[in-house]
Amino acid sequence: MAALSGRQRAGWATTNVVVILLVLIPVAWLLSLSLKAPSAVTDPSFWPAQWTWGNYSGILTSAQFLRPLLNSIGIGLISTFISVVLASMAAYAIARLSFPGKSVLVGLALLIAMFPLIALVTPLFTIERALGLFNTWFGLIIPYVAFGLPLGIYTLSAFFREIPWELEKAAKMDGASPFQAFTMVIAPLAAPGMVTTAILVFLACWNDFLLAISFTSTIASRTAPAAMEYFSGGSVFTTPTGPISAAAVVITIPIIIFVLFFQRRIVAGLTSGAVKG
Amino acid sequence: MSTIIPPRETTATPAHAKPKRERARLSEGAKQERRLAFWLIAPAVIVMIAVTGYPLVYAVILSLERYNLELPQDVKFIGFANYGAVLTSQYWWQALTVTVIITVFSVGITLVLGMLLAQVLHRTVFFRGTIRTVSLIPYGIVTVAAAYSWQFAWTPSEGYLSALFNNSAPLTSQVQAIAVIIVAEIWKTTPFMALLLLAGLSLVPDDLLRAARVDGATSWQAFTRITLPLMKPAILVALLFRTLDSFRIFDNIFILTSGNNGTASVSTLGYDNLFNALNLGIGSAIAILIFICVAIIAVVFILGFGTAAPGSSAGKR
Repeated sequence: MAALSGRQRAGWATTNVVVILLVLIPVAWLLSLSLKAPSAVTDPSFWPAQWTWGNYSGILTSAQFLRPLLNSIGIGLISTFISVVLASMAAYAIARLSFPGKSVLVGLALLIAMFPLIALVTPLFTIERALGLFNTWFGLIIPYVAFGLPLGIYTLSAFFREIPWELEKAAKMDGASPFQAFTMVIAPLAAPGMVTTAILVFLACWNDFLLAISFTSTIASRTAPAAMEYFSGGSVFTTPTGPISAAAVVITIPIIIFVLFFQRRIVAGLTSGAVKG
Repeated sequence: MSTIIPPRETTATPAHAKPKRERARLSEGAKQERRLAFWLIAPAVIVMIAVTGYPLVYAVILSLERYNLELPQDVKFIGFANYGAVLTSQYWWQALTVTVIITVFSVGITLVLGMLLAQVLHRTVFFRGTIRTVSLIPYGIVTVAAAYSWQFAWTPSEGYLSALFNNSAPLTSQVQAIAVIIVAEIWKTTPFMALLLLAGLSLVPDDLLRAARVDGATSWQAFTRITLPLMKPAILVALLFRTLDSFRIFDNIFILTSGNNGTASVSTLGYDNLFNALNLGIGSAIAILIFICVAIIAVVFILGFGTAAPGSSAGKR
């Protein structure tokens, strides 16, 4: 790598800068809009002339955003927890046990991962209304778990296959009880895969929009991405650009933190099930 | 990633290892193992089938009925009339055309850009960590948040992109709005494509590329003759995932244009028929037709895959 010529260095530097700019400009634009004073929204310059926190203090004191934010976090965490637990059980069976219909199970998971969501919205809407699940947390948690499972099963079975399970036997030979062998040897090895899977499932729930606008009707269960549609502007005819941008920034911050801290895990998880030579 | 062993070999079933003499007892053990496996997979399978299988059957039934939520007492079995109504409607064919155009362009361009980004991530010499982290942001960002950014950017007299292009309003014209939607899709999905391709790229041995260079191949020749063929399975998987994902496009269109000016996709059309027209029958017929389209795309891809199909992962890899 030391043998790079000046031109090559300049080439790579330019390429990197271009990539970073292309990624960051739309995000920076949201940040800029969220900091513009309401009167300055009709100024198309990229950076605000006058900075204000008004949009943030506005949405962070309004139940119209705070309640959906809470819903997003709660629904996301519960769905992620259930998905990871159920997917771990299934992935353990796939990676460790022999049973008929294993390839059918993997195929079913794959089929559901590719399912066109809209095809389910009509029947699930009717079913949820009949069961009283419409506009409740569980009305979203149940479908989120169902769509988190294929992702979880796929990612976790790839991780579980790489765990050296002989260690469990070795630990038992050294006098560990089955419980000790599991908690002290296997669980620490399985944890990274489960954390990765949890992040991917949580991001998928956090990102959902179609189910969130279809199965909710009030802020009792509406999630943050769906709630932004219902922000009100200064008058009926003005788009609430500032508050929407501020809300978009707020729901993007957790993602950026996740990406900063768990970059390696996310990459490993995304590529584990999907691609092998 | 390349060290993953097929599950059947890692499952050290005692039945394979022990001599025949103990067969009766061992098959009891195998039975127990089976029972345990079924208990472990049962909750996941039940949830997945309850949320997808049963509603799908229910959607088929709904699609054969005249069922409008505004006239709940007037529910009647009408056979394939809903399908006839959808398939003779210009809105369906327009939405299907728009969806196919968006899918073809966004997936095609994303493949090329994703390959370039994968090369950058694989080979760049500075800030490798930074650039990998930054390029994950579009994957992680909520689609709706990114869609608002594009929408505001193209709003005349408010957005920087509109100002840059002579105060134009592309979201009000069909062709330009579709182009904006495609750009928004490409921005959001290129990192995911690049990551899938990067995993394939890291399987290409550097020695092979160096050997080709020594033999006088240009970089382009090395790329098309060595890298691409070795990456074929990774490319096909990435294309399948992206194509099916793009075909069900909803969020970007809903925020950017609400499907106005002839920009509706099949998914937004289905949504409108359910929540604006409150027509469960027509909405379900559209849903089933979308499901059939997705099944056709999947079958075409999997036939193209041959043994590299992801479904065969439980078998040989």
